[in-house]
Amino acid sequence: MSTPTDPFERLRRLTRARVALGRAGDGLPTEALLAFQMAHAKARDAVHGRVNFDAVASALAPLESLGVKSGAVDRATYLRRPDLGRSLSPATETLPEGPFDLVIVVADGLSSVAVEHFAAEVVTRLKSLLPDLALGPIVLAEQGRVAIGDEIGARMGAGLVLVLIGERPGLSSADSLGAYLTFAPKPGTRDSARNCVSNIHAHGLSPAAAADKLTWLIREALRLKLTGVGLKEAAPGEMLAAEQGRPMLDHG
Amino acid sequence: MNKAQASESAAGFHARVGDETHRFDDLKTLMACASPRRSGDELAGLAASSEARRVAARYALADLPLKRFLEEPLVPYETDEVTRLIQDSHDATAFAPVASMTVGEFREWLLSWEADTTTLARLAPGLTPEMVAAVSKLCRNGDLIQIAAKTRVVTGFRSTIGLEGRLSARLQPNHPTDDPLAIAAATLDGLLFGMGDAVIGINPATDNVEACIRLFVMLDDLRQRFDIPTQSCVLSHVTTSIEAIERGAPLDLVFQSIAGTEAANQGFGVTLALLKEAQEAALSLKRGTVGQNVMYFETGQGAALSADAHHGVDQQTVEARAYAVARAFDPLLVNTVVGFIGPEYLYDAKEITRAGLEDHFCAKLLGVPMGCDVCYTNHAEADQDDMDNLALLLGAAGVTFMIGVPGADDIMLNYQSLSHHDIVRVRHLLGRRPAPEFEDWLVKMSLMDAAGRLPPLAPEAAPVARLLQGGTL
Repeated sequence: MSTPTDPFERLRRLTRARVALGRAGDGLPTEALLAFQMAHAKARDAVHGRVNFDAVASALAPLESLGVKSGAVDRATYLRRPDLGRSLSPATETLPEGPFDLVIVVADGLSSVAVEHFAAEVVTRLKSLLPDLALGPIVLAEQGRVAIGDEIGARMGAGLVLVLIGERPGLSSADSLGAYLTFAPKPGTRDSARNCVSNIHAHGLSPAAAADKLTWLIREALRLKLTGVGLKEAAPGEMLAAEQGRPMLDHG
Repeated sequence: MNKAQASESAAGFHARVGDETHRFDDLKTLMACASPRRSGDELAGLAASSEARRVAARYALADLPLKRFLEEPLVPYETDEVTRLIQDSHDATAFAPVASMTVGEFREWLLSWEADTTTLARLAPGLTPEMVAAVSKLCRNGDLIQIAAKTRVVTGFRSTIGLEGRLSARLQPNHPTDDPLAIAAATLDGLLFGMGDAVIGINPATDNVEACIRLFVMLDDLRQRFDIPTQSCVLSHVTTSIEAIERGAPLDLVFQSIAGTEAANQGFGVTLALLKEAQEAALSLKRGTVGQNVMYFETGQGAALSADAHHGVDQQTVEARAYAVARAFDPLLVNTVVGFIGPEYLYDAKEITRAGLEDHFCAKLLGVPMGCDVCYTNHAEADQDDMDNLALLLGAAGVTFMIGVPGADDIMLNYQSLSHHDIVRVRHLLGRRPAPEFEDWLVKMSLMDAAGRLPPLAPEAAPVARLLQGGTL
């Protein structure tokens, strides 16, 4: 690749940050203004979109699935009340009682498109990579947060619960899926007792690569009978996503 | 007209409005109910249950003597080192001029012309976070802006921060894999906009000490190559910074996220003693030229609640307590990350805007060099229009610094802040200039024109060539 003579073009090639945008007076040039607005619009649509769980269930077939709702009745409540998104709706009927080695929960989280694009493929690959495990029916959770898997897993007698969930969208990727694995799930489980594989999307970790990582984690978790910090220390170098900068965010 | 009567009895505080009486069991309930509505207080179950009850609480709060906050800590002295810090460091002499006032009288006095810059600076050591939080709850946004604009908190390291007529900027060149070339590119991009006089500060993707040292060295090389009168910072955990210092890294500022209770700080893995140790380690390097303020703190409403460490105190008051922690370590810079923590704490642009103005107001009255990360996440009800508004309001309030990110899009932390463009606009609209040492550098580099403005630069412009071709890029 030749080095461009335009110094701004050289900056742009070094990072995908929005550098060298140019200026219209003190403001943004119109193209940069609209590009930002479109990226934000896609992120907002992902947050407020509703997952078509019927389509997810069809994509999962012949794997059996069932639908549940969290205690958050709508998106506005979901965003304001993380506690309600972490628990099942009081109207939830009896869930199949295992015991199961693994229960997989697919929750909408903060990106409907992430779930629609990648969840079924990750689940299908896991099923074929883990043919020997007793896998419960796939639970499709509306308005769910990561910790809703704790209650579901506990009620279904799951050895492990894996929650696939839409991550909070950034401007560069509105359809990123995250995967959280918890051993012996029960309500009140701390986030430090989980392992996470994040950034599953077209320009990040592919669903196939994610399924490979998760397979390793699931086998190790069952062997060591734990998830969280202990499992992370045992993981080979690049296996797990790095801890991130500002420690204030509550992803749960 | 509905004249209200406030009173206090053994059963708590009362406000009678018409034929309705509102009772508030204790001081922290009164404070929480008097707060402008926000999702975090509702999540914690502390918010007023109706709008009328909220205003009734303000009537009762207005009649409360300021000194009551010295007599009745909202978080127990015995179990919380932040309360002990607040109580033990209180300067009664500085407090004397307002010692007999109620909260409502204090608001009017702060607005009065008598309360000028010098008076407010003398008063700061006599104020506690709870006092300033209380009076903020009686203030409209305009009051918060006008009173804060009268305060002045000046600090220094290689540049002087907080002088009258100045607005500084943190240049935030984050990258998801800490790629040094990508970070250097984003840094040079920001320098072309006159950003970075507060600090060039990176949030690292990993808190690993070797990775952080690489970033310290890279930033320091860049600073020295262009002889930039500013300071750099890698925003890792304080223990990582201490280790980096021990290994001889060229560290200017120690960063730490802090909160308003001992338990919340434990959640961040820090104690006051650890912060002191870090400050002393950074001071020992003697790297500052115009000053020796070596600490940089971030705070934000909701941090204590998210750590389940708020002691039933409302989110804004517990946030103000973090400024007492900050002030004990003579920081160069402090900023609230106001819209970052999420909609469960600040739901929409109205709440984010209010919180940004409150945080700035409270910190400045306490003598803390307060800046703001004017920002939001994609699940909050806010957008860049709202950031324009808050940036201009904070500019009018005399905010110490704002954070600039390329195109407002932080590709590492996945949230939106201000673009460098936005800060240039505030500087030009409000006639605010960068720190004087940095301004001289901008003139020397031909990045600032004779009128003190930062002009748009064509690719072939001389300063672009100097910065972008003079280096290794």
